Amino acid sequence: MRIEVDRELCCGSGMCVLTDPETFDQSEEDGVVQVLRTQPSAERQAVVRSAVSGCPTSAIRLVE
Amino acid sequence: MTTTEPPLTEAAPGPAQTCPVMHGTQPAAAGRDLLNYPFSGAVPLDPPVEWEQVREQCPVVAVRLPSGDEAHLVTRYEEARALLADPRFTRQIPVNAESRIGASEDGGVFSRQATSGLKIFEGEGHLRWRRLMAKAFTIKRVESMRPRIQALADELVDKMVAAGPRADIARDIGAILPVRVIGDLLGVPTEDLHRFATWSDAILTLTRHSKAEVDAARQDFGIYLAKLIEAKRAEPGDDLLSELINITDSEDGRLDMVELIVTAMAILVAGHETTANMIGKMTAMLLADRSRFETVVADPSIVPSAVDEVLRFDTNPSIGVPRYVSEDIAVGGAEIGAGSTVIVSPAIANRDPRRFPEPERMDLRRTNNQHLSFGAGPHFCLGQPLARAELQVVLGTLARRLPTLRLAIDRRELRVKQGLIVVGFEEVPVEW
Repeated sequence: MRIEVDRELCCGSGMCVLTDPETFDQSEEDGVVQVLRTQPSAERQAVVRSAVSGCPTSAIRLVE
Repeated sequence: MTTTEPPLTEAAPGPAQTCPVMHGTQPAAAGRDLLNYPFSGAVPLDPPVEWEQVREQCPVVAVRLPSGDEAHLVTRYEEARALLADPRFTRQIPVNAESRIGASEDGGVFSRQATSGLKIFEGEGHLRWRRLMAKAFTIKRVESMRPRIQALADELVDKMVAAGPRADIARDIGAILPVRVIGDLLGVPTEDLHRFATWSDAILTLTRHSKAEVDAARQDFGIYLAKLIEAKRAEPGDDLLSELINITDSEDGRLDMVELIVTAMAILVAGHETTANMIGKMTAMLLADRSRFETVVADPSIVPSAVDEVLRFDTNPSIGVPRYVSEDIAVGGAEIGAGSTVIVSPAIANRDPRRFPEPERMDLRRTNNQHLSFGAGPHFCLGQPLARAELQVVLGTLARRLPTLRLAIDRRELRVKQGLIVVGFEEVPVEW
């Protein structure tokens, strides 16, 4: 599983950072999502999925 | 075409095609018997009965606004979320649109945005603006403000305790904490903050103020901010306004002077009024059934999920999110005609059983709680990390310091502030 983000769609809400700070961070300059681990471990996948569905602009997607 | 059947008494979701929807291009027939929106609940903390009726009746229903005009109300989660992220539904409601929201002559705050001609409200201009603002509202920046918010909450509770054992949460915390926090963030002197309440109420008026009063408030507010900007230009501080002034003065096209003033106004108004109301509503919701508050007292680790659950559960929400369509678009199987105004109600969608298990139960440990109270899509609430942090700090502090807290009046005596776009209680009297 690989995480892909659309920087243009991202509104910088930080919801992904709140949900899974081990996988996601935000730029301190413009709030845009930064992916810390693009290939999350098996045990992190559930929380990553929750961050994906919780993104208010659907800017994060998973490529299986 | 008729959309005027009385609400179904037995909620029976039929095929979406059976939902009659009028087109915005049609002249509004006089005397059409539409539901008036917003609905008013009979009991302040119970959802209006119309919520479930309209949601189960149709994903989109025709309603009458306080202005007298008609609009389409979106009632279900999936449709609401999709619509909020769909750029074909714009925030720019033309002044000559058929549906003005507010009763004031210019249609209220939503219509005024459209006439501003500013690029920061929509599309690429909005995205650029959002990037400029986002740095002030990242999770890390907001977390770094939490100790200051906590100190303020403790100071306010100290005062309540000294004057106790009765207080009004709306007046003693709600009206003070969020405006102080947003004032600090933006760099507004604390001694000036009391002036915002009047300006803010006028700007957020639905039916309460005349256009002349609103214009006067906007003008005074604008003049105040222009003077503050001059002062900060001479003597910059470590605050958002000083940062934004730098950006404006660089004249690189990112933010001009008018946009700067509109931005400061928007952040000050949005940054305190909504959270101020929510502090009172949260407290009232949790104390109306004291077992809820006791659950938080017994296990403070649930504060974050409890805050999101009261946000989802809010029975006295704002009017909703208006959008305008300039082309025919299908929503939930219904055709919405070009020229229509659409209102998304996060509160109604937040109780959609298609999305939330047992939606009418307040579950303070609810997981996967992606409510729409902060919206969705590119206009998702900029200040939500700050609003969440403030609500969490207030709830955690009340539970820790005043575990015997209870409502000092019957919940049915709670009075809703009337005539504004944002909704809250006049008073939330408590004792301990």
